[in-house]
Amino acid sequence: MTDGFTLTNATFAYDTKPAVRSVSLQLPPGKLYGLVGPNGCGKSTLLDLLIANRKPQAGEVEYQGRSLNDFSRRDLAREVALVPQDFGINFAFTVMEVVLMGRHPYIPRFGMPQSDDMLKAHKAMAEIGISEMQDRLVPELSGGEKQRVVVARSLAQDTPVLLLDEATSNLDIQHTLEIFKVSRRRVEEEGKTVIAVVHNLNLAAAYCDELIFMKEGAIHCAGPKEEVLNAENIRAVFGVESRVQFDDFCGAWQVSFRY
Amino acid sequence: MRAKRGSERSFILISIVLLLAVIGAVVASTGMGYIKIQPLEVLQIIMARLSGDASFLSGLDPVWSVVVMDVRLPRILTAVVVGAGLAVSGTLFQGILLNPLADPYTLGISAGAAFGAALALLANIAILGPYSVPLFAFIGAVATLIVVLHLSSFDGQMSANTLILSGVIVGAILSAGLSFIKYMADEQVAVIIFWLMGSFASKTWPEVWLVLWCVLAGVVVAIFYGRDLNIMSLGQRSSDSLGVDTARVRKILLVTASLLAAACVSVSGIIGFIGLIVPHLMRSLVGPDNRKLLLVSMLAGAILLLAADTLSRAVLPAEVPVGVLTALIGGPFFCYIFRKRQMGIGHD
Repeated sequence: MTDGFTLTNATFAYDTKPAVRSVSLQLPPGKLYGLVGPNGCGKSTLLDLLIANRKPQAGEVEYQGRSLNDFSRRDLAREVALVPQDFGINFAFTVMEVVLMGRHPYIPRFGMPQSDDMLKAHKAMAEIGISEMQDRLVPELSGGEKQRVVVARSLAQDTPVLLLDEATSNLDIQHTLEIFKVSRRRVEEEGKTVIAVVHNLNLAAAYCDELIFMKEGAIHCAGPKEEVLNAENIRAVFGVESRVQFDDFCGAWQVSFRY
Repeated sequence: MRAKRGSERSFILISIVLLLAVIGAVVASTGMGYIKIQPLEVLQIIMARLSGDASFLSGLDPVWSVVVMDVRLPRILTAVVVGAGLAVSGTLFQGILLNPLADPYTLGISAGAAFGAALALLANIAILGPYSVPLFAFIGAVATLIVVLHLSSFDGQMSANTLILSGVIVGAILSAGLSFIKYMADEQVAVIIFWLMGSFASKTWPEVWLVLWCVLAGVVVAIFYGRDLNIMSLGQRSSDSLGVDTARVRKILLVTASLLAAACVSVSGIIGFIGLIVPHLMRSLVGPDNRKLLLVSMLAGAILLLAADTLSRAVLPAEVPVGVLTALIGGPFFCYIFRKRQMGIGHD
């Protein structure tokens, strides 16, 4: 059991305010994980620990049985990709140029993108449905379009693990479903791992294999969605009343809330 | 044709045109001045010095050789190198701070250099002869950089905003110090003010070589990290996840850009706006890819500053300090950019 991520008592605090408290988790590959919890409960910080943007102050984060400290940044960038929450791009790069930046970890310092890099960039744009805007300038796109460009960039990175930090926060329902479908396909057809911070519990219920409930920096519960998605856990973590039932139309378990 | 904007062919074409323009501008401006010398004769004189073959000089006034080699060329080449250095420094600052309105002096480098130079001029320090003032200016600039970096880094992280804010604060303190020195200086104040306005008058070959090596070293470091700088425009979380050690690269490039600016300011005084305008103009020509941008900005900066200095030296009826000239041209341009940015859509 050394495949995927293993966290052992991983802890991280900003100054004195703890963001991730002694988290221990096993995340085997080939699944779509949904990370859910209230705002500020440490979800983004947990993703930062997984991609070594931050180092745990105590405990250990391992990937494939090796501590993340043993990976160079470049090596890790070939294993794990991240779609961050903020997706501002400050200069007038074209969509194609930004998507190609996903190939950065594979191109030697003074090298040029090879045909394989171009192929993967085009494939990623096609999957997200932004091929026709490849020559447009990113600062001129709408918020939702920018977000799709950033998702395409992470797909072009073509890593075994993809971390999505609210990757659909600015998207309409059609494009939101599209990104979850692409993630689902990568998991099922290519055996990849996706770990997604999701605010919409119904999306999490529909697309994820396993759910991780976080509260105040700690794991409240984690496991297959059928086991952990229930009214008690939702009440404990979010403090709202809900009902979870199987919806035939959706073909998935769905949550309805008492307003 | 948006797509053509950053294309390889147009980039190569622009680079070649700019390179030829630099050479042309050097030769042409060398011939300009009180004694007019034809471009071909300028080339003859340069060839004679390079090859050591005096036969190139046949039929030329021997005074010309002195005028070209010892008076004009050192000044012209200093302007070329300083223009290149300031433009590269400005490009780096805009890239690192993710702010198209940043320039080489954003971190207070100019205020530090001015304070150091003014101190040397006030105290009449001459331990190193003519190099005393440049040395003090450089020390002032580097000390400012150290203070600003120290002020703005928290647990190994530096954000663009804290850097800019620290630069503004330290710069304001140094400006007050400078005012005090001017107040104390009595009749010396004219010398200080003259230095502050920037000038390439009476530059010598040793100064050319000194600043040339500094700028070359800086350009090499800058181009080495050019692609990382592109990735960094996605923001730190993204660039980290793409395999760039963002904090380290940012620090290296900040120090490089600041030392570049410090070296330039030390030999020439404070020359504004080259480092702000040139990266802007070039970005609209070749796009935001820093590998291309650094190269063409370097060439364009050289041309622009040489043009300004030549305008001041040989065209205008009286010599205007080149720093004043670049600010007079650059200021309105800055307003234009600022206005356009305010009105622009898609900048959030």
